[in-house]
Amino acid sequence: MIDSISYGRQKRILIILFLLVPIALLAMFALYPALYLVYLSFMSWDGFSPEKTWVGVGNYKDVFANKEIWETFLHNLVYLGWGLFQNALGLFFALLLNSKLKGRNAYRVMLFMPYIMNGVAVAYMFNYVFNSEYGSFNTLLRSVGLDSLAISWFGSAHAVNHVLGFITLWKFMGLNMVIYLAALQSVPSEIIEAARMDGASRLQTSLRVVLPNITKVIELNLFLTIIGTLEIFDLPFILTGGGPLGASDTFLTKTIDTAFKFNNFGMASAMSVTLITIVIVVLSIQRFATRRWSD
Amino acid sequence: MNAVKLRPASLVQHAILWVAVVLILFPPSILVLNAFKSKTEFSQTSVFKLPDSFLNFENFGTVMTRAHLDRAYLNTLTIIVIAVIGNVLLGTMVAYILGRFDFKLKKTVLGAYIAVSFVPTITTQVATFTVVHNLHLYNTIWASIVLHLGTNVLQIFIYLQFLHNIPRELDEAAMMEGASLFRIYRTIIFPLLTPATATIVIIKTIDIYNDMFIPYLYMPAQKLAVVSTSLMNFSSERSTEWELMSAAILMIMVPIVVVYLFFQKYVFAGIVNGAVK
Repeated sequence: MIDSISYGRQKRILIILFLLVPIALLAMFALYPALYLVYLSFMSWDGFSPEKTWVGVGNYKDVFANKEIWETFLHNLVYLGWGLFQNALGLFFALLLNSKLKGRNAYRVMLFMPYIMNGVAVAYMFNYVFNSEYGSFNTLLRSVGLDSLAISWFGSAHAVNHVLGFITLWKFMGLNMVIYLAALQSVPSEIIEAARMDGASRLQTSLRVVLPNITKVIELNLFLTIIGTLEIFDLPFILTGGGPLGASDTFLTKTIDTAFKFNNFGMASAMSVTLITIVIVVLSIQRFATRRWSD
Repeated sequence: MNAVKLRPASLVQHAILWVAVVLILFPPSILVLNAFKSKTEFSQTSVFKLPDSFLNFENFGTVMTRAHLDRAYLNTLTIIVIAVIGNVLLGTMVAYILGRFDFKLKKTVLGAYIAVSFVPTITTQVATFTVVHNLHLYNTIWASIVLHLGTNVLQIFIYLQFLHNIPRELDEAAMMEGASLFRIYRTIIFPLLTPATATIVIIKTIDIYNDMFIPYLYMPAQKLAVVSTSLMNFSSERSTEWELMSAAILMIMVPIVVVYLFFQKYVFAGIVNGAVK
């Protein structure tokens, strides 16, 4: 029956029919929450009572005046340090695997594997690695006589973020590596062969010929890392609950606690909007930088 | 170019890579060593010692019943099946419309998908929570399904990229024979998008299987626990019984690793497409 309708009409009907559900879902669960979040950030609300009170920029004032909230960014900074190291390692392994090395696909599969593992399972697994008494890491340290280093990793305010940063590196290094590897493989082999013919060593070729060709991807990976760092949540949430005494709180664990533990949805919304703004600023800088590079 | 022979340089490369592989396998192998130990065996031996027998599956059985993992697997699978099917249908539909037709709001639609991709989902949960609540989806399995159902900009881009490689002449030939546009979608476009669909199915399956936040926040009821949340529940009760926890962690971790090993090609295709866009 539909075969007899003109294509112009069919097109109009199909556009509406096919976009209806996807757009409705997008509007309901992405667009509307984003706008509603902004609205809530100007309200005082406990999350369930029918009463919401307009407080203007009061929540934002509270967020900006709260030293504890801003200090969590120092914790995120520790993750950033590990993230940069993770990027360097990712690039290093990508360069290693971007050769005719035997078994390179098996290595790639192995090094990427942590990325697809269940985050909750990974968190608890490392709980047993870094447990102060029976953890395999401390057992290892004691067996080689380094007892003084076998501290309570999750109990020390100084160590805890570094341990969590290390676990993040363990899980996400493969992601950086795979992205770098794809970029490396798209560098035309003629350029590399030409450099080799001219007598450049492997190292020289990598540094002088290959790397300049993938600056964009390096930049992309760095920005992915910065944004990932800002959004750190699962690991501290599951492993430490932000402890000891808030030493491993991140901006997001604080936001979620503010909403769902302390029922201060207004303030939590203001915190979320603040974080989204920061993420968008970072992304815009990236866009701007990318454009500058390509000019 | 004769790297296959064992030159000293490639020996060094292998050595470095092996160090990395050992560092990656170290934590899971500790779990494997201890998941097969009995309670007394665990308390009397070093964590590095081999178990008496790798055939002692008792811990796995205990975990299965006490952590209700059978239910958790079933819940997770239900969410994955419904959400992934919906996801593929909606994703191909949106891509077909955006890739083949011109209309006034086309740029707006694509722009909306791009715009929301800038907003990390986890940051808007405070507001999404209210939406889910008002739709009476809170504490139902539909909360998770519906939140995973919608297509996203990454999937649309993957589909669009494949769609551009399907020659328009195929559409035109079908139109000459009087096929409706819906028929073209169903019999030409959808089947020819299969490689992209395979990638999206695998990526999305891994995504949903590993998701902790949505089930934790929207489905706190015990009977709705998925793999991630059931492990969290189990840990809060028995985190000191290491041999049981080791078995539990492995039972959550292994299924998705197996999926990954079998379908690695699609996983890498999805990751690379997603990042380089």
